[in-house]
Amino acid sequence: MGVRRVMGVETEYGIAAPGDPSANPMWLSGQVVTAYARAKGLLTGRGAWDYADEAPLRDARGWELGRAWADPSQLTDVEDPTMANVVLTNGARFYVDHAHPEYSGPEVTTPRAVVTWDRAGDLVMQEAARLLNPDPARPTVALYKNNTDGKGASYGTHENYLMRRETPFQDIVRGLTPFFVARQVFAGAGRVGIGQDSRTAGFQLTQRADFFETEVGLETTLKRPIINTRDEPHSAADLYRRLHVIIGDANQCDVANLLKVGTTSLVLSLIEDRALPGDLTVLNPVSTLHAVSHDPTLRTLITLRDGRKLTALELLWIYHDACAAYLADREGDPTGADEDTQEVMTRWADVLTRLGTDPMSCARELDWVAKLRLLQAYRDRDGLAWTEPRLAALDIQWSDIRPAKSVFAKLRAAGQVTELVTSAEAAAAVTTPPEDTRAWFRGQCLSRYAAHVVSASWDSVIFEVPGQTSLQRIPMLEPLRGTREQVQDVFDRSPDVTTLLRELIRSGD
Amino acid sequence: MASQEQSRPQRREGDPDAAPPDAPVGGAQTQVSNADIDSVLDEIDEVLEVNAEEFVRSFVQKGGQ
Repeated sequence: MGVRRVMGVETEYGIAAPGDPSANPMWLSGQVVTAYARAKGLLTGRGAWDYADEAPLRDARGWELGRAWADPSQLTDVEDPTMANVVLTNGARFYVDHAHPEYSGPEVTTPRAVVTWDRAGDLVMQEAARLLNPDPARPTVALYKNNTDGKGASYGTHENYLMRRETPFQDIVRGLTPFFVARQVFAGAGRVGIGQDSRTAGFQLTQRADFFETEVGLETTLKRPIINTRDEPHSAADLYRRLHVIIGDANQCDVANLLKVGTTSLVLSLIEDRALPGDLTVLNPVSTLHAVSHDPTLRTLITLRDGRKLTALELLWIYHDACAAYLADREGDPTGADEDTQEVMTRWADVLTRLGTDPMSCARELDWVAKLRLLQAYRDRDGLAWTEPRLAALDIQWSDIRPAKSVFAKLRAAGQVTELVTSAEAAAAVTTPPEDTRAWFRGQCLSRYAAHVVSASWDSVIFEVPGQTSLQRIPMLEPLRGTREQVQDVFDRSPDVTTLLRELIRSGD
Repeated sequence: MASQEQSRPQRREGDPDAAPPDAPVGGAQTQVSNADIDSVLDEIDEVLEVNAEEFVRSFVQKGGQ
């Protein structure tokens, strides 16, 4: 199994109107989505997202032809920009969530692909901002890949992992909570300010930790839980669970991003196969989560229920070694049998080792280290205390998605960040879906038959077919069906949507 | 992978006898020098908002998920 599983990352970007603090962020977010959609010729109205998660039919092929009745008059243009909601040709969803523009990357199967399509999301936002800012000297909108304003508001970067439904949720809670308390030492994006409203000056490892107030729960916008219980599989519910992870930060460093999802996917495999070593339950996980985030020296001790006191790194080594033993047992190699798993296991050990000797040596790989190192250099040069507003400004501008304004982009351009994905690969992923999931089918439908796609969702595409009074809904309840290998022939034989539907019926028989 | 042994973990920080771990692809690739940072600081000065205090104060977001 290794690191591979169906997964994806969704990010709500921070949004501001320079010079107009009173601008309505919902309206502004709608402008971002509609400007991009119009420029790309994508539908934003007509209920372009299919919210009806209905008819959980499935067949051995995974998608199946259904005939949902809907009156096209009910699907007239929605011109309210705050409802803007589009599916991109790369299979992603781009829409307004609460008061933020959100990019939900397409389903992928490897950590490297997560990074690739996450970077594509940054480019989508960059392009949307460019369209809205014809004069860069007088910008009307700015977007930020961060997760807090430092004044008490937080917005999310969520990871999604497809799991076997048969795994008891309690096993997930027990196995994953200690990992999430510790994971932030390599996954955190770094933050100036401690406490939800930054009432204490200083630096911490993560944007999000202070906003987590409980251990397990359904909420995502208040009383945020370390383990979120949302159960919305977007797939065959009797087979799968989509684990919705809300505790992570938005990463810009490729290595941190890769490790965040890669190690989490591995730990989930251990949980599914009951290969975790003993009980790692943390006493008081919420307050410990905060304490670990507040300590860039990484010396904070985590107290386990059995009395052990471990640093986050020591706890992560236990997880790492359990993964290595699991991979050795299952695949004959402690780093795994495929190159994606080997990349994650090798980098994981490397980063944990260097964090244990000199955390600053990870400045090329980890967001919080890169950010802290820069902030420290800035403080040293100008003799600044942590209360200095320039440091908070630098933290915000770190995540500005405009290359000319982004502090992180300056670091990357200076060659001081390890890139796993080239700019060209990220750019290609803006328009191209991943080949090995149903995102291929979804994205290609938008590329080839956009005029006839009435709406789409994670698990369906709805077509309006010339000459037919009813809409045609194609369910896609199996995330690994609809890959390029499986459907490319059908696309190649279908110059128009009428042929496509006929071909799908025939191949479904 | 042949490079496995070299990245074998050093489990405890603060072990005085422990040598730093071998960098996987040479020091220049894994370390960022102070001179490198200083040159970026100058660039940051150019892009950082002129009125940092006002910029930080006006960066107010609605909560999300």
